[in-house]
Amino acid sequence: MDPMAEIKATFFQECEEQLAELESGLLAMEGGDADTETVNAVFRAVHSVKGGAGAFGLDDLVRFAHVFETTLDEVRAGRLAASVEVVKAMLRSADVLADLVHASRDGGSVDPARCDTCAAELSALTGIDEEAADDDGMGDIEFRPMAAPPVDMDFGLDEPAACEASAEPAGWNIRFKPQAALYAKANETVLLLRELARLGEIEVELDASGLPLLGDLEAEGAYLSWTIRLRGAASEADVREVFEFVDADCELEVQALGGDGEPLQTAAEAELDIAALLSMAQAAVEGAAGESPPEAAFEFEPEPEAPAPEADIAAILVAAQAAVAPAAAAAPQPVAIPEPANLAEERRTGDDRRNAELRRVEDRQNEASKAAVAAPTIRVDLDRVDRLIDLVGELVINQAMLAQRVTEEGLARASSVAMGLDELEQLTREIQDSVMAIRAQPVKSVFQRMPRLVREVASITGKQARLTTEGEGTEVDKTVIERLTDPLTHMIRNAIDHGLESPEKRIAAGKNPEGVVKLSAAHRSGRIVIEVADDGGGINRERVRQIAVDKGLIAVEAQLTDDEIDNLIFLPGFSTANAISDISGRGVGMDVVKRSILDLGGRISITSRPGLGSTFSMSLPLTLAVLDGMVVTAGQQTLVAPLTAIIETLQPKHADVHSLGGSARVISIRGSYVPLVDVGMSLGYRAEPLDAEQGVALLIESEGGTRAVLLVDAIQGQRQVVIKSLEANYRRVPGIAAATILGDGRVALILDVDTLVAASRTAEAPRLLQAG
Amino acid sequence: MSEAAPQGGEGRELISFRIGAQEFCVDIMEVREIRGWSPATALPQAPPFVRGVINLRGAVLPIVDLGARLGLGTAEPTARHVIIVAQVQNQVVGLLVDAVSDILTVTDDMVQPTPDVASDMVRAFVRGLLAIDGRMVSFISLDRVLPDRELDHAA
Repeated sequence: MDPMAEIKATFFQECEEQLAELESGLLAMEGGDADTETVNAVFRAVHSVKGGAGAFGLDDLVRFAHVFETTLDEVRAGRLAASVEVVKAMLRSADVLADLVHASRDGGSVDPARCDTCAAELSALTGIDEEAADDDGMGDIEFRPMAAPPVDMDFGLDEPAACEASAEPAGWNIRFKPQAALYAKANETVLLLRELARLGEIEVELDASGLPLLGDLEAEGAYLSWTIRLRGAASEADVREVFEFVDADCELEVQALGGDGEPLQTAAEAELDIAALLSMAQAAVEGAAGESPPEAAFEFEPEPEAPAPEADIAAILVAAQAAVAPAAAAAPQPVAIPEPANLAEERRTGDDRRNAELRRVEDRQNEASKAAVAAPTIRVDLDRVDRLIDLVGELVINQAMLAQRVTEEGLARASSVAMGLDELEQLTREIQDSVMAIRAQPVKSVFQRMPRLVREVASITGKQARLTTEGEGTEVDKTVIERLTDPLTHMIRNAIDHGLESPEKRIAAGKNPEGVVKLSAAHRSGRIVIEVADDGGGINRERVRQIAVDKGLIAVEAQLTDDEIDNLIFLPGFSTANAISDISGRGVGMDVVKRSILDLGGRISITSRPGLGSTFSMSLPLTLAVLDGMVVTAGQQTLVAPLTAIIETLQPKHADVHSLGGSARVISIRGSYVPLVDVGMSLGYRAEPLDAEQGVALLIESEGGTRAVLLVDAIQGQRQVVIKSLEANYRRVPGIAAATILGDGRVALILDVDTLVAASRTAEAPRLLQAG
Repeated sequence: MSEAAPQGGEGRELISFRIGAQEFCVDIMEVREIRGWSPATALPQAPPFVRGVINLRGAVLPIVDLGARLGLGTAEPTARHVIIVAQVQNQVVGLLVDAVSDILTVTDDMVQPTPDVASDMVRAFVRGLLAIDGRMVSFISLDRVLPDRELDHAA
């Protein structure tokens, strides 16, 4: 690949990430749980896409991103309220932006009309507000013109921070001076401040002037006080509530900020613009202050008339510490004071860097918050990771073989060789786990694609739908994730198309016209469980049954439980929509979903409550590379049964085993009769059925929760096995899921419990034997 | 699998091996390695010529009894039997043969077209015949040595 193409490929990769960030940010805003950082993140995402696109001359993309960015900037500056309509428009724009990015990457084009409509919509949003913005005399002030060094440090304690014009929302000026008792009761000022920050935008100033010289400092004393300016609609009671548990141990003053700004306002009218600039710069600095101590250090610059140089230093030190504290959640008490020299140093470097930094404050803010969001990562080709995983798999097998040979040589367990081997085993297992973790990814990458799908399907079907997600951080192997997208897409389409009712029907049923589709993921006993739930009408069992009868899938007189009827929708060739819609009635039905889940070694089930909705639940293995298995013998062959399927093992007695019909056998387990599957027989390893009492029974639960017993000759043990494909060099074998390599270097087959049981249940066992 | 007409010139190397009394050869480019026989794990529902699978450094390798595949009768593998590990399209397969005998360097014009002795086995596998030192060596194609990949299972 030539270097330019490579850079471009990286750009598009990054675009994907930015688009994902954009979408999740917008969704958070839609959900109303967005803070300023979310808005900033959204802005940055669009900004980066625009920047990159400009570098590659992708004009369409730049043009659209620019309009989008302008709107976002208005939101970010607080001049445009992020109302539901605005966010919805921005979500649509995000879709257009994504399409534009993909069109630029893969060639092709996006309907220009759609772009223009969307762009016009965005411009309309900002257009309305631009006048209002002009009214308060702020116009289009941006951060970047902050090149003038002289203004850099004027916003210390004595400079009221925000001198923005009269449109400023009212808020509270809070003076908070903790007493020693507050700390003694293990309260944290940081937590209180953080709590305040939840009520609205806050500006915090530390007053460290009460701090004595180091020599006079009492380690457990309280010397600091804070002045907090809180903007927003919080009531005084809200503010007081934050301090509810500490108000006996602190001095607290809460004053309303006037509608015309600060009670402390001193800035002259003529300086208004400069002051506004300053306040914006300060806001920007503050944004970074949480994460970046050096900047915080100068932000909390003490008053110029600080009493003595020593005190000055100490005060700065404490201020710096206090600034660090919000990030580190450490106590702001001057407990561990570093060398004053360090402090001076820190301050000096802070000063030197200040000017340059103010100029680049926006960029730095980006970096700081990015660093806070994600730990450093590197991109690695998947091939390399896969190669590593293969090698580790071989290492595991090799280690097992070595261990077995050592045992065969008759070396004592306590011998140094055996002990070394034990350590090696632990190490190999650890390596294996770590390598598997490399491939593990949060399901977020799949979940992220779904909101757009929901919007689109909802608009096509004329239904109102909202998607809520849960457990996006749940990690699972990349291959599982990749193969999850299609079934999930299909299930969500189904949930909206078939599950949710039309708004009219929902209103008639006394529900919110907007239906909710809930997508959730969680780890449960070594597997990942993904659920798609809708709050629609539930499965219409009569209709499902009727369709199944009409299509000859079940007999007219068949007696089915509700559960069995629900599961009919997984049968091939089943579609419940009255009219075949172009969304989910494409001839591929839930049977395809089920097939792909089964192929992943997963299971799918459905629960439905009439009038309340349906829940599809998928349980999938965390990885496709290893499996906990029970090693068993059947007809002289060593086989592995997946441990996840096994409920218990038992020793059958003659009295419990009953013949049913011709060759079928059932076993009675605590009063219920469970079909008995002779593994050796059904795989053709044995001509005569195994006497049940000679063998061991594995009680298993197969798909859909039905139980069966697998009869094997003996159990050898339990171990983690590396899954090896049988299909790579051979083909699919009925009743066998995959292969593995045991400690003796031989291949053992892993049972596909579900097909084994299904084959015996439908009396297909003889056919299975003849196949091939 | 087009039976390219012999057109001389180009030399190629073949590995010849023995099954029973007959001698066969395959293109050396298809052969990945040659190893001794090790017991295979039997596969359920496998055709009789598939002996099972073995572990080839972490990969699962199916073993085809080439004699049985070619209709010469099944082998009773001993330690003296040999497995030729061959690449067949995108799969790797082990061929169980009695012994490897030689490496032959031949040109395409030495490959004689298969005489019309209409047997299915011959048509499916034999690409041509070679006369080497008075012995007849069948040049075989491995393309169809494995059973069809897709089973029409549970149709």
